[in-house]
Amino acid sequence: MISQLVSAVGVVIAGVFVCALYYWFSDKLLQLVFPVREGDVRGASINLNRRAAVRPWLFLGPALILLGVYLVYPVIATFILSFYDRSGTAFVGAANYSWAVSDAQFRQSILNNILWLAVVPAACTFFGLVIAVLTDRIWWGNIAKSLIFMPMAISFVGASVIWKFVYEYRGGKETQIGLLNAIVQFFGGDPQVWISMPFWNNFFLMVILIWIQTGFAMVILSAALRGIPEETVEAAVIDGANGWQIFWKIMVPQVWGTIAVVWTTITILVLKVFDIVLTMTNGQWNTMVLANLMFDWMFRGGGDSGRAAVVALVIMAAVTPIMIWNIRQANQESGGR
Amino acid sequence: MNPAVSLRRIGLPRLLVHLSVLLICLLWLVPTFGLLVTSFREPQQIASSGWWTALTGSSQTSAVRLADAATARQGGANFIISGSVFTEGQQGQVQSFGTRVAAPSEFPAGQTADLGEGESLTVNEDGSYTYIKNAPFGGDRGKRIYLTTATPPSFTTENYRTVLTSQGIGQSFINSLTVAIPSTIIPILISAFAAYALSWMEFPGRGLIIALIIGLMVVPLQMSLIPLLKMYNDVGAFFGLPSRSYVGVWLAHSAFGMPLAIYLLRNYIAGLPKEIIESARVDGASDFEIFLKIVLPLSFPALASFSIFQFLWTWNDLLVAMVFLGTGKDQLVLTGALNALLGSMGGKWEILSASAFVTIIVPIAVFFGLQRYLVRGLLAGSVKGG
Amino acid sequence: MTGVTLKEIRKAYGQIRVLHGIDLEITQGEFVVFVGPSGCGKSTLLRMIAGLESITSGEMFIDGQMVNGVPPSKRGIAMVFQSYALYPHMTVYDNMAFGMRIAHESKEEIDRRVRAAADILQLTAYLDRLPKALSGGQRQRVAIGRAICRDPKVFLFDEPLSNLDAALRVATRIEIAKLKEQMPDTTMIYVTHDQVEAMTLADRIVVLSAGRIEQVGPPLELYERPKNLFVARFIGSPAMNIIPATVAETGEATTITLGGGRTVRVPIRTGASEKGKSVSFGVRPEDLSPASGEDYLLEGNVLLVEALGEVTLVYLEGKPGQEPLIAKMPGTLHVKKGDAVRFSADPAKLHLFDDAGQTYR
Repeated sequence: MISQLVSAVGVVIAGVFVCALYYWFSDKLLQLVFPVREGDVRGASINLNRRAAVRPWLFLGPALILLGVYLVYPVIATFILSFYDRSGTAFVGAANYSWAVSDAQFRQSILNNILWLAVVPAACTFFGLVIAVLTDRIWWGNIAKSLIFMPMAISFVGASVIWKFVYEYRGGKETQIGLLNAIVQFFGGDPQVWISMPFWNNFFLMVILIWIQTGFAMVILSAALRGIPEETVEAAVIDGANGWQIFWKIMVPQVWGTIAVVWTTITILVLKVFDIVLTMTNGQWNTMVLANLMFDWMFRGGGDSGRAAVVALVIMAAVTPIMIWNIRQANQESGGR
Repeated sequence: MNPAVSLRRIGLPRLLVHLSVLLICLLWLVPTFGLLVTSFREPQQIASSGWWTALTGSSQTSAVRLADAATARQGGANFIISGSVFTEGQQGQVQSFGTRVAAPSEFPAGQTADLGEGESLTVNEDGSYTYIKNAPFGGDRGKRIYLTTATPPSFTTENYRTVLTSQGIGQSFINSLTVAIPSTIIPILISAFAAYALSWMEFPGRGLIIALIIGLMVVPLQMSLIPLLKMYNDVGAFFGLPSRSYVGVWLAHSAFGMPLAIYLLRNYIAGLPKEIIESARVDGASDFEIFLKIVLPLSFPALASFSIFQFLWTWNDLLVAMVFLGTGKDQLVLTGALNALLGSMGGKWEILSASAFVTIIVPIAVFFGLQRYLVRGLLAGSVKGG
Repeated sequence: MTGVTLKEIRKAYGQIRVLHGIDLEITQGEFVVFVGPSGCGKSTLLRMIAGLESITSGEMFIDGQMVNGVPPSKRGIAMVFQSYALYPHMTVYDNMAFGMRIAHESKEEIDRRVRAAADILQLTAYLDRLPKALSGGQRQRVAIGRAICRDPKVFLFDEPLSNLDAALRVATRIEIAKLKEQMPDTTMIYVTHDQVEAMTLADRIVVLSAGRIEQVGPPLELYERPKNLFVARFIGSPAMNIIPATVAETGEATTITLGGGRTVRVPIRTGASEKGKSVSFGVRPEDLSPASGEDYLLEGNVLLVEALGEVTLVYLEGKPGQEPLIAKMPGTLHVKKGDAVRFSADPAKLHLFDDAGQTYR
């Protein structure tokens, strides 16, 4: 154990050190190539200007290379792969696309993704807004916020374990140790196998993501609500509005932009949801979503890169417009601040 | 104070707010709390009763046999068998006992039960019993009686010991750290340099590069996996190296986090006062020195909040690690190990719960320790793409 | 030896031209102030001298050395910024030492120069503080101290007082004047939009407008003999009264006809060709004095009286479409709205501008 720890620390330090060394070393090299001598202002200026011209590329270089290799190249390659067969060698035209259109599991995934999109962002934003409003009114609001925000830190896998335990089902006469079934039993119902319940099992998976993401919505919306000028609320009070009217007609319109950003951010996350489905059901019982379908095709029976590429492209096509809108909106928001 | 008066002072709607927030908090906490409690319970207890009973202690009805006739001693006209219903080391409190399966808790503890045929039995709370008969006891085996015992809340750290040693979670913990720490520091370093160049240095194509990097935020991670996996295999085959390595994961995580990192850091660094940068320039500092001595210290809040994000994201990631890192003992990360356990140990909650808590303890600690920076980072760029 | 020489300096951002050929010679040890309305290019010009903006065309010399393309640190300049631009994470001492440390000066030399500068600016007690623990005036002094430490040939100030409140501004202005006295060989270039700062500090003022130099000269010359209408209106507060007029007679003295048909004889020579041209007649508010009888220059009804105690400003109703005329009287003057008043002025203090806005000489 100790030796593993030591070697891990060693690897970590070496990795980080190499990276830092690059910047330090490249700057030293630059100074060597373009030397500056005392007294010779003319020559010094020329070399200083040359250094200034080269330096941006030294600073940007690693970032551009990484982005190029890990993001730009894959987008192009995925696009090309989508026209090739399972091993990526033979050109098959649009066969993978026509497969996708006619594949039942693909359609199931699309439907499930739409279901997720319809429920999760709305629920998170709604709960986030309500909790933000409520917690802003009480002295222990920050503690409450912390607790609700906490699931953000928990991995999707960890969250899945937590919720799988809530949904746990024991067959026969055994005592139910899952909280949900215990509650159902307490009220006289019959215990259910929640995660294989057709159609509704999707919702039990969504609960997990809602549980994780509501804190995010709450934090952002709470900050936006606090940014509302006090005077507008006071003016509404003087105009005789009640609490309900103030909330819906004065406060919500003023944070509308932020609500949109929260909504779309969660929407993008939902489109990429993977871990929860993988760990809870692995796509069984009609819970497959696009990201899992892609992963499935990447490795199923040695992998079919063409079909997986098609699914990946579908995800990107769905994300792109929302992301563009989201960035625009966010820029407007911060521009207004 | 009179509760009615204080209630009126709080006001009913206010009380309603307090109650509803309390309810929501409970709702949010209970799932995690349940698993936490479970992780400290004995395996048999986990399987036999819900975790919510663990705090109050449970009462169980069980059957035990008294000592057999051979241990009887004579006291006057009576034959007496005495001892304890509990085996050595077992703890508990007897609430009631009975001799018939139909009425297992017929007599309260401490009471002397007349069993007829000259027999009487007393079972005390501490488990000691006295079984008396006015004639010698017959039969080879001890009498079967039924007990209702209260077990006090009992907790154990045994589950943690098990998962940390025999289930490979301890090793995975180190693997996760080995993945997460460089995957946090490397992109921060690279993107801080890039963000500085994109904010304060003049060079052709700057606007284009900024647009490109923001544009790359739309690329879903899944997109990259297929070509990258092919590339890793090719590179690995070419150099005769394993295609799955820590360096590969570090670079992948670094690259995937980079568009957001550059976007966030650039927003912050470009917002630093222009005159401070110019002043340093007049003082003769090169861009490298300005970055190191002025911009880096001043950007601490932004760097902190991004590094928290990146750390949580890499620590909690399953997909990238599954694809780019092996599943061998010395490479499996915590999320991967937990996922594997979910498959292989589906019903073994003592293992699963303890493993889950080992995986979430670090991010939770980071979360509570550095929440301030986390919130600030969220507010700075609420376009987390992932 | 010259301090700073600018030859045909131009600046353009893409298609937008900001400076249209600036020629200027600043001698060593001079205190020159650039003034002008916002957007006139004065700060851009200063930043070009500092090396923070590139020179689009033209040549610039500092201390006889051509500095086009020379980075700021090699120009022998120091700059004090409007927002002080102190490094917030460094103490006062480190702020002042930063430049010298970058230049790898010896520890003793750094310490000597920082302490000397701190001494001049009474900052010795604050050397270990962070900028956020200082008042606005102290921060400004640290910024100046940082510049002193660089021991520059040319000292550049970019509106250094505009973030200070009124009282502190006066005090710091006096300190800068004293500083100049202590450093007689150092050239100082100072940008401001505040003409009081310009008038009190400058050896010479450079008035800029829309990317061009309007006039260069000592403060009083600009005040008394403005070269054109712009300078005449820009220097002096309240601004000079300008009344449209027509030339009636030319010669050693010029007779002009004002709007109301009234003629005024101005002791300024004009050529015969000017006769009949429309000109602008100018008189400063403070050069007007109350007149009685028929020997007056202007008359009108009082529109508004602003009694400030030391002076009284009297606004006269102008012709429709014209700004009101202003008279600045010492002490208090007991007139009220609607009163008809008359003012006269010393003929030597009258100004006459041609239709292009240039002064008749």
